[in-house]
Amino acid sequence: MALRRAATWHRRAAYAAAVAVFAFLLLPLAVIVPVSFSSADQLVFPPPGFSLRWYAAYLDNAVWIGATLRSFAIAAAATLLATVLGTMLAFSIVRGRYPGRAIVAHIATAPLIIPTIVYSIAVYSLFSAMKLIGQWHGIALAHAVHALPFVVIIVGAALRTVDPVQEQAAMGLGASRLGAVVRVTLPQLRPALISAAFLAFITSFDELVIAMFLGGTNVTLPKKMFDNIQLEIEPTVAAVSVLQIALAALALAAAARFGSGAKVVR
Amino acid sequence: MSVLTRRLRAEAAPLVLGTLPLLFVFSFFLYPLLRLFITSFHGGDLSGYERALTDSLYAGVLLDTVRLALVVTAICFVLAYPVAYLLSNASRLWAAIGFGCLLLPFWTSVLVRTYAWMILLGRNGIVNRTLLDLGFITEPLPLLYNETGVVIGMVHVLLPYMVFPIYAVMLRIDRDLPAAASGLGASPWRVFTRIYFPLTLPGAYAGAVLVFVVALGFFITPALLGGGRVMTIGLLIEQQVRQFLDWPFAAALSALLLAAALLIQSAFHRALRGDSAWR
Repeated sequence: MALRRAATWHRRAAYAAAVAVFAFLLLPLAVIVPVSFSSADQLVFPPPGFSLRWYAAYLDNAVWIGATLRSFAIAAAATLLATVLGTMLAFSIVRGRYPGRAIVAHIATAPLIIPTIVYSIAVYSLFSAMKLIGQWHGIALAHAVHALPFVVIIVGAALRTVDPVQEQAAMGLGASRLGAVVRVTLPQLRPALISAAFLAFITSFDELVIAMFLGGTNVTLPKKMFDNIQLEIEPTVAAVSVLQIALAALALAAAARFGSGAKVVR
Repeated sequence: MSVLTRRLRAEAAPLVLGTLPLLFVFSFFLYPLLRLFITSFHGGDLSGYERALTDSLYAGVLLDTVRLALVVTAICFVLAYPVAYLLSNASRLWAAIGFGCLLLPFWTSVLVRTYAWMILLGRNGIVNRTLLDLGFITEPLPLLYNETGVVIGMVHVLLPYMVFPIYAVMLRIDRDLPAAASGLGASPWRVFTRIYFPLTLPGAYAGAVLVFVVALGFFITPALLGGGRVMTIGLLIEQQVRQFLDWPFAAALSALLLAAALLIQSAFHRALRGDSAWR
């Protein structure tokens, strides 16, 4: 009995510590939301009153909106590229029987373990030589590289659960190889494809370091936020942050809704 | 079409499919890195590496970065352990709430979270004002634009990377083992230190390697929360490229950072080869 009591005591202590850590994790979000609705001219906490002025300040500013649209375009292009190429790679690695597949898999997931700052200056140097600095499609290309491992990992894992015998059966019944993949295998991969695409989108949309080097004067949304934060702390960034959190939550909910069956945990 | 050519075509299809994406990866990933690596030698010269490793100013930055990453890794481990324990042992409802608390900030961009910490940690920030009002301190604590702020911000970003692998390992611990130990008369503390904790170590190692390697190359958090007073290798690389246009030196620093990241990871994988518990 004494033993069990001691065990519960330990467990309680561990749970209390965990709850404290949860509070630490949520603290930044708990601060940023009220600040974004502040009515004060300056950043004060707690806010003296409620207003939507910082949201209005964001929406009325052509630079902010331009940066947002640019980030959307870049993320959409990067997502398309990463999803298509990543799915092709996943098929090649999982279904192929050629030697060196393990190396291909390593190369495909390598962008995950390369420090972003190293890749950023490497691609900055190359794109400077190619006159791609300041072009949105330059950033999209680099972001596609950045997001590719997620697609290869998620789609590859899902593809391993699809039995290739199904494709062979479809082909035996007269389907072409491509037809078998498109009509039989891809529908089963839909949840994984959607999860991977959302992950790729968020990865690009939130990415700062690559965009900072490649963007030139055409800033993306994270770069615009970074510049503002460095100049002065005012609540417009808080309003943009809350919108960004809402977008991520929406994307996750959509991924969970349409991509059921696939885990969206990185 | 003969059976042989059909088989050949079936075998070759995945290979052909992989060619285009591989070409993309080579052109926009491996080639730029290779180019940077060549730049670091600046025509058969090792002066960039020599400067990075022997000049006390730069060697100091490298050491500071390693120390910072170690401190962040240690704090992440201490904070992650009870969280992983709760997630793997609590009731469904509590585990779901816990995962929500973990994933919501995890999915918020690093930039947004760093900005929030600037609001919280400033001289006149929320943390200092609360502590002053409660009478815990008489002077505002220096929490922002120094290493303390950078550590807080980095721990916040990297903590989930430590929780997930420890949680994964804890889930798979056979509950009969601790029960058997206490049935044989071991005290709860002894059960924990001799049975439970050692079994969770593979997850802790995996998390520590991940956190440490990512922390080494961190950029956004030290740049904003350090306020120019904290120098890391990532910030040094950016400064050399943007302010001094010293490409060979920046490339040498990058090669060192990359080599460190790859070495630590491969050493870890080698150490755990054959041990499937961490996966």
